[in-house]
Amino acid sequence: MSRNKNPRPAVSRRKFLAGVAVAGAASAAAPVANGATPAAAAAPSPARVPSALPPSMRVAAAETATPKELSRIGGVAGSDFMVDVIKTLDIKYLPANPASSFRAIHESLINYGGNKMPEFLTCTHEESAVGMAHGYFKVAGKPLMTLCHGTVGLQHAAMGIYNAWCDRVPVIVVGGNDLDAAHRPPGVPTIHSAQDINALVRDFTKWDDTPVSLQHFAQSFVRAYKIATTPPYGPVAISLDAGLQQEPIRDNGEKLYIPRFVASAPPQGDSGAVREAARLLAGAERPVIVVDRVARTDNGMKLLVQLAELLQAPVVDQGGRMNFPRTHYLVRPAAVIGNADVIIGMELSDFWGVVNSYIDNGEHGIGVNTSKIKPDTKLISISSVELITKSNYQDQQRFQAVDVSMPGDAEATLPSLIEAVKAAIANDRKAAIEKRGEAMKKGYREAAERTRQTAAIAWDASPISTARLVMETYAQIKDLDWSLVSSSGNVSNWHRRLWPIERHYQWLGGSGGYGVGYGAPASVGAALANRDLGRFSVSIQSDGDLMYAPGVLWTAARHKIPLLAVMHNNRGYHQEVMHVQRLSNFRNRVASLGNDMGPIGTSIENPDIEYHKLAQSMGWWAKGPIKDPAELAPAIKEAVAVVKSGQPALVNVWTQPR
Amino acid sequence: MRFIGVKGLAGLAAGLLLGCSTAAAASAENGKAAFVQHGCWQCHGFQGQGGIAGLKLAPDPIAFEAFAAFVRGSNRFMPPYSETILSNDDLADIHAYLQSIPKPADAKSIPLLNQ
Repeated sequence: MSRNKNPRPAVSRRKFLAGVAVAGAASAAAPVANGATPAAAAAPSPARVPSALPPSMRVAAAETATPKELSRIGGVAGSDFMVDVIKTLDIKYLPANPASSFRAIHESLINYGGNKMPEFLTCTHEESAVGMAHGYFKVAGKPLMTLCHGTVGLQHAAMGIYNAWCDRVPVIVVGGNDLDAAHRPPGVPTIHSAQDINALVRDFTKWDDTPVSLQHFAQSFVRAYKIATTPPYGPVAISLDAGLQQEPIRDNGEKLYIPRFVASAPPQGDSGAVREAARLLAGAERPVIVVDRVARTDNGMKLLVQLAELLQAPVVDQGGRMNFPRTHYLVRPAAVIGNADVIIGMELSDFWGVVNSYIDNGEHGIGVNTSKIKPDTKLISISSVELITKSNYQDQQRFQAVDVSMPGDAEATLPSLIEAVKAAIANDRKAAIEKRGEAMKKGYREAAERTRQTAAIAWDASPISTARLVMETYAQIKDLDWSLVSSSGNVSNWHRRLWPIERHYQWLGGSGGYGVGYGAPASVGAALANRDLGRFSVSIQSDGDLMYAPGVLWTAARHKIPLLAVMHNNRGYHQEVMHVQRLSNFRNRVASLGNDMGPIGTSIENPDIEYHKLAQSMGWWAKGPIKDPAELAPAIKEAVAVVKSGQPALVNVWTQPR
Repeated sequence: MRFIGVKGLAGLAAGLLLGCSTAAAASAENGKAAFVQHGCWQCHGFQGQGGIAGLKLAPDPIAFEAFAAFVRGSNRFMPPYSETILSNDDLADIHAYLQSIPKPADAKSIPLLNQ
């Protein structure tokens, strides 16, 4: 480590702490320590002493009195320079749970840095902090950083980081770690240190580093930001040595500098492959566009509309992002895939799953795989995820062979693809394409009517139907500039089927890694971004998700983040309810319910959790449980008024399972 | 796949027999309880309205014979329910319950579905 190459300050923090620890051990535990040494064991037995002695005046004072004023560390704090580096990147917020391993940079951020750019947001769990950064990015398009306590904090954060990884979202994770085993405080700080904390998350971060000097930190941090924000986006990790943060800047003749950040251009599909893809699409009779995480920006959505209209091709939007207006006549369910002669998949997380089906029917214990497409259907892929080479975690899904494969960012490739398709459409094809569009418009109108009729079923049911839940919510927010920041649990997609979702911030996609516990913190993070943009945030909040780390409710109240959370409280882990039921049936056994409605271990009832009281206890306005659908509208209306005043509000609603 | 086909036929045969013997005596009230007890609500909703995990069952359920054949012999996403775990009487009662569920109001008459 560089700091060992130079003389230490007159009063080294490490020597000071080590000295305190040694002195303390010697004074408080001398009889035990002496008895443990081999030399002492060989010596004649000393006079017998009691196992516990009354404390001397000195020991009592050391244990109970206010510590003496510590000597100051001279010079400019290294962590102040780190703050200078961070400030060049316009990172607005820093959600984090405090910890000793990053106390120095914490102090610099709030005192030297004035707690602005970034502003420290107090979180009660590291997973919540990462989840907030995840949700924030999907609205703001800018990453946040978080600080984690080296080992334990990073382990708490790990699931959130995995979600961000699978969802291709940049988060800058900085973990405090005290590397110097000879000088770090013994006890808890040592238990909380590791040789390589980044190893915990290396398999699902794009890049990581362990800077050993301040100049190294400056390079690492700017590089981390650059890598995280170049498609395919992803989280990055920096292990930040506690000593490096805490010690002063050394005058060793080297002038510290901050590298300039210049955003990288996103990678695009190869021009030859783009032309070939355009040729196939232009000549297709039944082309289908399948998208998952295409639109990184509002412009991405507009480009996709342009391509779809050019081809009059149906769009199957898997919903990883707000890719395509839900009100557009070319929106189609996945069933159209079976009839396609050319399919272009863009930023799909699972191309195999698009063109194949897997039926979990217990057959031979593994289920059944069948193809959904015709044998001669041509497949085209544009995906930046092909540029990711991490292999341990299986987020790349099964391998699917395609006819044209373009490793590259879909949004960045769309302009050239659109131009290539325009050039490739023969004049004699234009009438047929236009006719295809007319059929699409008719089909869209008919499908929309069928959807409304289906939503009407169980409209007055109690527990409340998920269709009614989302439409009662929509009725209260439709005249606002709303943003659906998260939908945890499963409401049978009613919002995407019934709400006129048209703007890029009105739908943000899911967690990515399907790690339960994303919904609440991501909602708060996205609501934070929307607050700054003057938008109204609403979430559909499931019960199981909220209970992973409900402390994020407090963070929302503490930092005055307005958010309307309407609960989809179906009182169970419903995915798992069905899994256990399925396995019971396969094994020809009655699923044991105990005293619950679902198989033992899958219900969240007996007692029912009063989420409205939970929220109230953390500073939210809240109401519930609402079981009668007639009571839903007035409750949501009240909650909307609270949110408009700048506070978070929660309505606890008992719902149908899905 | 051949094995699945045989299972399906067996289920259909069982369903036809059930249709002759038990459907007439079925109780919608008992069926409502059985619908919950056997976990049908988990995918289909408490009123059989269906959703992303299970098809709509009511109102207007399919004929009992086809219903029973599917329940007994499903080889799709829904796991099959053998007679060991769902008795013929309960199956008939569940169908009676689904038959008892009234038609919903026309969506055109629900303001929230016409916003």
